[in-house]
Amino acid sequence: MGSLLQVRGLRTEFGSDAGSAVAVDEVSFDLDRGETICLVGESGSGKSVTALSIMGLLPRNGRVTDGEIRFDDVSLLDLSEPEMRENRGNSLAMIFQEPMTSLNPVLTIGDQLTEGMLLHLGLSRQDAAKRAVELLELVGVPRAEQIVRDYPHRLSGGMRQRVMIAMALSCSPALLVADEPTTALDVTIQAQILALMKRLAAASQTATILITHDLGVVAEMADKVAVMYAGQVVEEADVFELFDHPRHPYTVGLMKSIPHLGADDDARLESIPGSVPALANMPSGCRFQDRCPSVMDRCRAERPDLLETSTTGKHLVRCFLYSGEQAAVRDETTTAVAS
Amino acid sequence: MTTYIIRRILISIPVLLGVTVLNFFIVQLAPGSPADLYLDPNASPDYKERVEAALGLDQPIIVQYLNWLGQLLRGDLGLSYVSRAPVADVIGARIGPTLLLMGASLVVAYAIAVPVGILAARRKGTWADYTVVGGAFFGVSVPNFFLGLGLIYIFSLQLGWLPTGNMVTIGGGGGGLWDGLSHLILPVIVLSTAIAGNMVRYVRSSMVDALSEDYIRTAHAKGLAPGVVTRKHALRNALIPLVTVLTVDLAGLLGGAVVTEQIFQWPGLGMLTIQAISSRDYSVLMGVNLIAALAVFGANLLADIVYAVVDPRIEYS
Ligand SMILES: Nc1ncnc2c1ncn2[C@@H]1O[C@H](COP(=O)(O)OP(=O)(O)OP(=O)(O)O)[C@@H](O)[C@H]1O
Ligand SMILES: [Mg+2]
Repeated sequence: MGSLLQVRGLRTEFGSDAGSAVAVDEVSFDLDRGETICLVGESGSGKSVTALSIMGLLPRNGRVTDGEIRFDDVSLLDLSEPEMRENRGNSLAMIFQEPMTSLNPVLTIGDQLTEGMLLHLGLSRQDAAKRAVELLELVGVPRAEQIVRDYPHRLSGGMRQRVMIAMALSCSPALLVADEPTTALDVTIQAQILALMKRLAAASQTATILITHDLGVVAEMADKVAVMYAGQVVEEADVFELFDHPRHPYTVGLMKSIPHLGADDDARLESIPGSVPALANMPSGCRFQDRCPSVMDRCRAERPDLLETSTTGKHLVRCFLYSGEQAAVRDETTTAVAS
Repeated sequence: MTTYIIRRILISIPVLLGVTVLNFFIVQLAPGSPADLYLDPNASPDYKERVEAALGLDQPIIVQYLNWLGQLLRGDLGLSYVSRAPVADVIGARIGPTLLLMGASLVVAYAIAVPVGILAARRKGTWADYTVVGGAFFGVSVPNFFLGLGLIYIFSLQLGWLPTGNMVTIGGGGGGLWDGLSHLILPVIVLSTAIAGNMVRYVRSSMVDALSEDYIRTAHAKGLAPGVVTRKHALRNALIPLVTVLTVDLAGLLGGAVVTEQIFQWPGLGMLTIQAISSRDYSVLMGVNLIAALAVFGANLLADIVYAVVDPRIEYS
């Protein structure tokens, strides 16, 4: 049996009057039960589009045009929309960035919390209502008995995000997709929410895709990390491996841009010069070429693939700087298979 | 809530007073006097003066207004200058037909506009949407009198299917249900066309906004069927701003009723207004204006109350 979630060569395009733009291309990663993968990258790198592609929630002009998404050994892209709906909110749940606007202002918390359970678990109204209160207590919402009868506008952003988490967990999903769940919250609340998610995911063995552009959050939460740049995964590794040995020049640049405790006060934060190329005019060859400090002739001519670079652990990099090591790994595995 | 309503009513009193002042003086600006129509053109000036004195028309306008106001406070709208019947009775006889016409038109307009607007919003950017938007534009822009006369020409004069006007067939064998309905159809079409056209555009844009909200994505992420998302999550939110539109519509409806009733000789307040204007029947005109102002004010208050009921975020204290 493979991993819980396998994303292979995912490509998602958006149609417009001007033609179609590829927002996500050649994105691949695996995720096991109970594991957390963080998707990191600058704004516009395709993190949300990847998540929405997995959930089948792309806007009407978006479409997955290539690749495969296997979840629990089912190919999600081959499911019909009604079949997909049975998974959504059930075994596949999602939390969004904006807690202030993600709850319906005219329906009670209880109503919104029980909706999924009534639909997917076939609970009676009383049972669902009881479980709603339990869920709110589980995520640390005080006065849960009263809150279920209240409307969202009475809750703070942090409380609403707790409600969203309770809602996402209401049907015990196998996979939870959280798209920047704490970006809109202030720092202390952010830490509480992340701790809550970590605890609940560990307790229920829920696999989590956590989208963020905060490397601090990555260090705190991730088992493994996929770094995205301009719609592609450029590096993927376990969290310790990635922080200890970042390989892709983009990842290295990202690492340099985080402030370190204890660093000299006048130590400048480096940021990567330049900006992400627009979808409409992706350069041929490597997409990072124009901002890369180590760019070579080859990078302008050929497109690098995401390949294994480590013989010991898993460390995939999309960069020609490592083509030597990648070739060695390849040779070793073929020899191993041959013998 | 009750304190809020009481406060609103108290605040509205000076506003209503202002409306009556404006009405009174604008009416007085019209040339001629009720006595001109009341009297034989050959009546002596002396006689005319006596009639005007009897009607109170010889006094300064301010005094006339205060007299009228004094009467009003005693619950008396005065007597019609023309028929000498109490204004309250004259108006009372006309309210029923107008309520019937406006009520039927509102029901028809909303019954068409809400589903059509939702359809257009869900199919935004498709030919169905463009057709609806185009149709709505036509409904809003075609003038009442033009549509009314056109319909009369086709369905009454050419095809002979429907009567040209009135509420019942005059001298006919008494108003059966069909007789009443057949008289109602054309004026309701005319009056509801403009409302529906307006309403469709509001429903559509309100629904387009609601459907693009984050909580709609949340609802989809729960695995709810699209129909449930539209009805339960989007529609409720989309209808809230329409409460205001409904009250604004009411004012427009009153104006539309004047023209439509005149075209179809519908014996309601609109027709009464035109008659009162052309016969300089100031007291009736003032009465009708007051009723209209009260209706608009009442609708606004009702809208505020409905808001508080449908939108949990609104709390009046
Ligand atoms: N509905 C859409 N229509 C057209 N293009 C879109 C649409 N949604 C996203 N895109 C494009 O897809 C690319 C990836 O967007 P995405 O939202 O996945 O970025 P992100 O990594 O989540 O960024 P952020 O950190 O800002 O959330 C962007 O270039 C964006 O312009
Ligand atoms: Mg995003």
